[in-house]
Amino acid sequence: MNVGLNHYLVVSALLFCLGLLGVITRRNLLVIYMGLELMLNAANLALVAFSRFNANLNGQVMVFFVITVAAAEVAVGLALIVALYRKRGTAHVEDLTSLKL
Amino acid sequence: MPEFTDLLFYAFAGLTLLFGFLTVVNPFTKNPVTNAMFLVLTIASMAGLFVLLHAFFLAAIQVLVYAGAVMVLFLFVIMLLDLKEEERRQIKWVTLGAGTVAVAALAGILIKAVTRATALAPAGKWLDGETKPLGRVLFENYVLPFEILSLLLLVAMVGAILLSKKDLK
Repeated sequence: MNVGLNHYLVVSALLFCLGLLGVITRRNLLVIYMGLELMLNAANLALVAFSRFNANLNGQVMVFFVITVAAAEVAVGLALIVALYRKRGTAHVEDLTSLKL
Repeated sequence: MPEFTDLLFYAFAGLTLLFGFLTVVNPFTKNPVTNAMFLVLTIASMAGLFVLLHAFFLAAIQVLVYAGAVMVLFLFVIMLLDLKEEERRQIKWVTLGAGTVAVAALAGILIKAVTRATALAPAGKWLDGETKPLGRVLFENYVLPFEILSLLLLVAMVGAILLSKKDLK
């Protein structure tokens, strides 16, 4: 059986689930961020696969935009984590309970 | 007899999933630097998948921007925050179990949907990934989003500088 669109979509789905697993189960803010990056990359892979097998370039342009937005997101998010660490001395989500009643 | 590109697909897909798993789980150390390094490897193997999909420009961008710039930022922050005392944390098994079950269910649904779907793509007509048509589409159909994106990058830069000021209120 030749490798087709479905193979790439399965890889993308599994990678997305791995990222989601990281976001749900890990408690370190930085590792949660890495899980987010994995999920974005999984979406990118699905977009590129669809673009290739449908002969449509719009998907690749979308991936270009996603990569740029992800770079911006990482810059701001990591600055937030640094500010948070300076204020509270932790990068662990279970210590961040100021909003708890 | 499978083709050579198919073997390459299985190799890169396996590597991507393996390194992605190690990014999330990481049984070797509790140091987040190792996770970041595995994320770099995941992204590099994904660039291999992009090459197999004939998206050569995006593969280059993936390595340059993601594995280069973004991951350097990650490593900077990990080394800036000295996370030594974070290492001694007990894992909550209830959270872990519930999360794993939920994610496994989602994975099952997604894979079943993908394998059962028919006619996702017309047969035969595939895209050959030259960069020139990509540039044409980007600058002819997507000029306004491109400019908005440049504005977004400016805002992100200003925001990052503002957030990392010392006397943040």
